[in-house]
Amino acid sequence: MIREQTLSVWQNRVRMRVLSDGSGPPLVYYHGPWGLTWDPFLQSLAERFTVYAPEHPGTSPSAHDDIYHLDNLWDLVLCHEELLTALKLDEVAMAGHSFGGMVACEMAAAYPRRVKRLALIAPLGFWRDKEPVKNWMMVNPPEMPGWVFRDAGSEAAKQMIGPTEPPDAAAAARVKLMWAMGATGKFIWPIPDKGLKKRIHRVTSPTLLVWGKDDRILPPVYSDEFTQRIPGARLQTVADAGHAPQVEQPQAVARMIGEFLGA
Amino acid sequence: MKISAFHLMPHRELPPDFEKRYESVWVTPPWHELAEPRRVGQYYNWTLDELLFAARAGFDGVCTNEHHQNAYGFMPSPNIMGAVLAKATNGSSVAIVQMGATLPTSNPPIRVAEEYAMLDCISGGRLVAGLPLGSPMDVNFCYGITPMEHRERYREAFALTLKAWQAREIFAWNGRYFQLANVNLWPRPIQQPHPPVWVPGSGSISTFDFAVEHDVCYCFLSYSGAKAAKSMMDGYWQVVTDRGKDANPYRAGFLQLVTVAETDAQAEEKYAKHVEYFYHKCLHWPPQYLSPPGNQDYRSLVSAVAKPIRHAVDPKTLRYRDFVEKGYVISGSPATVRDRLKEEVIKGLNVGNLMVLLQIGSMPHELTLENMDLFAKKVLPELRGHWNEEGWVNHWWPAGLRDTVPTAMPAGAASRA
Repeated sequence: MIREQTLSVWQNRVRMRVLSDGSGPPLVYYHGPWGLTWDPFLQSLAERFTVYAPEHPGTSPSAHDDIYHLDNLWDLVLCHEELLTALKLDEVAMAGHSFGGMVACEMAAAYPRRVKRLALIAPLGFWRDKEPVKNWMMVNPPEMPGWVFRDAGSEAAKQMIGPTEPPDAAAAARVKLMWAMGATGKFIWPIPDKGLKKRIHRVTSPTLLVWGKDDRILPPVYSDEFTQRIPGARLQTVADAGHAPQVEQPQAVARMIGEFLGA
Repeated sequence: MKISAFHLMPHRELPPDFEKRYESVWVTPPWHELAEPRRVGQYYNWTLDELLFAARAGFDGVCTNEHHQNAYGFMPSPNIMGAVLAKATNGSSVAIVQMGATLPTSNPPIRVAEEYAMLDCISGGRLVAGLPLGSPMDVNFCYGITPMEHRERYREAFALTLKAWQAREIFAWNGRYFQLANVNLWPRPIQQPHPPVWVPGSGSISTFDFAVEHDVCYCFLSYSGAKAAKSMMDGYWQVVTDRGKDANPYRAGFLQLVTVAETDAQAEEKYAKHVEYFYHKCLHWPPQYLSPPGNQDYRSLVSAVAKPIRHAVDPKTLRYRDFVEKGYVISGSPATVRDRLKEEVIKGLNVGNLMVLLQIGSMPHELTLENMDLFAKKVLPELRGHWNEEGWVNHWWPAGLRDTVPTAMPAGAASRA
């Protein structure tokens, strides 16, 4: 049974909804640029952990304009730290996907003592001129699934992008998706390198990188940026998956991350 | 009625298969494949000569605007063009209408306030200060401003600009996006309390509100004519009424593409290919460039998704006659052009500050001058008096030029002054 709670942080100006389920040690999961969906991957992790999945500021229902109270990544990291405190979570395992992976890594760099283990799924945070990150915010929306997923036609991919019928549901899904991209994009536009390279040395937790072999948004070579900078960090790649391996191969990725974080 | 000649400064010689070979005219067109600096220097000079020709021919104003990495308009600094125009038209009563320098991409934005004040000083108080928000292509994609901050930055920069022009004392600006400890503009504009402000928009509700709240002239720089703009401009006038302001037509500006010849048939013969070049090549960009995520506020996003602006037919499937029939271009004999401008644009949209685009796409220099000349001689005089009887005052025009009617001057006369 998924629990839902909305907590206020940032002098009560930012409301953050948190979905949670499961029992066991706490695991905080940060979603990517396309918003939070409680999917089979999270459900699978909830068999082993108490999963807390907060929504990034601005992406929670009825709290869209709260995003305007944050100016930069530092504000965002502080908001997420306040949220952990509000959830009475002291030390946690942390995971995140894409933009959420970057947030998790920033949290681990800012608060190394709060993050026991860290699992990053295709995290943003670096930039290579020779292998530029594909800016999904410039892509024609109907073509976006083709960039994000290895198989854009799969049911899992459709679930993340939302329904195309009936019209009302499709419009609501489109708004949710666009706004989630806008609210997360606020912290990474126009190039998703916002100085993590200056801070990543502060990460002390054991770290796992998970990357889809066919990631066309963020090529798997970006894993080097993390494994070379975080002592002992290792990479596991996922076959038959693009930029959202936890969506395309939920059981495999949940197993990798579950075993790593639960060790 | 005030009628100004607008110029985009387009690439006039894009290859015939441009729109098939390249993904966009904006942001990503490859310079080295498409352009040559000496030839482009010729375009700039033609552009200036054409606007100066318009100034001498009796237009009320000359307009330039700002775009970046854009083959259909590449005046990254409209104020460089404006400076030439201001100097060369001294002694005339032509307004220098900058439509204009984009605030969110000018850092700090008082740079725009300074340059506009320079233009006002150089021109003897003939500046119209366009303060555009800028397009997502220019501001977000080319100049790296975060889409979600675009409007907020604009609003802060707008307030700073107005204050910088008017403050009597040096002041500190402790803004969210801009911090300046000693704002003390040199020079200040001649026009007091500040030059008239025009805000171009493209129909977003939040810009209507902004324009009415700040009592500026709202300008719709449209490439699709008055018919397509009708419901949008009605929306603007509704906001004007709702906020208790008068329906003074000078609160509205509108850009219309116009081509004139002796007869309708001659107009088609002379201009058809240039009009098609404009719509097929110059307006070629991926539709999503217009609305990157976060650029629209949540309210506008919900309304845009619920009621998508009816997808007008893809202009690439239309030909000259379609563009004319739909009113994208008003083209034909002087009588045809006069009547359509009067009915569709001036009366239809309640517009007092009309801008006309007379150099269109690939239109060569000589033909552009011909179009301008015929418009100035046979159309402009018949429209100029349109709002006179109603007694509206054009508060959005330089006060010193409000009641003057520029008269056609022999070539070179203006620059002798």
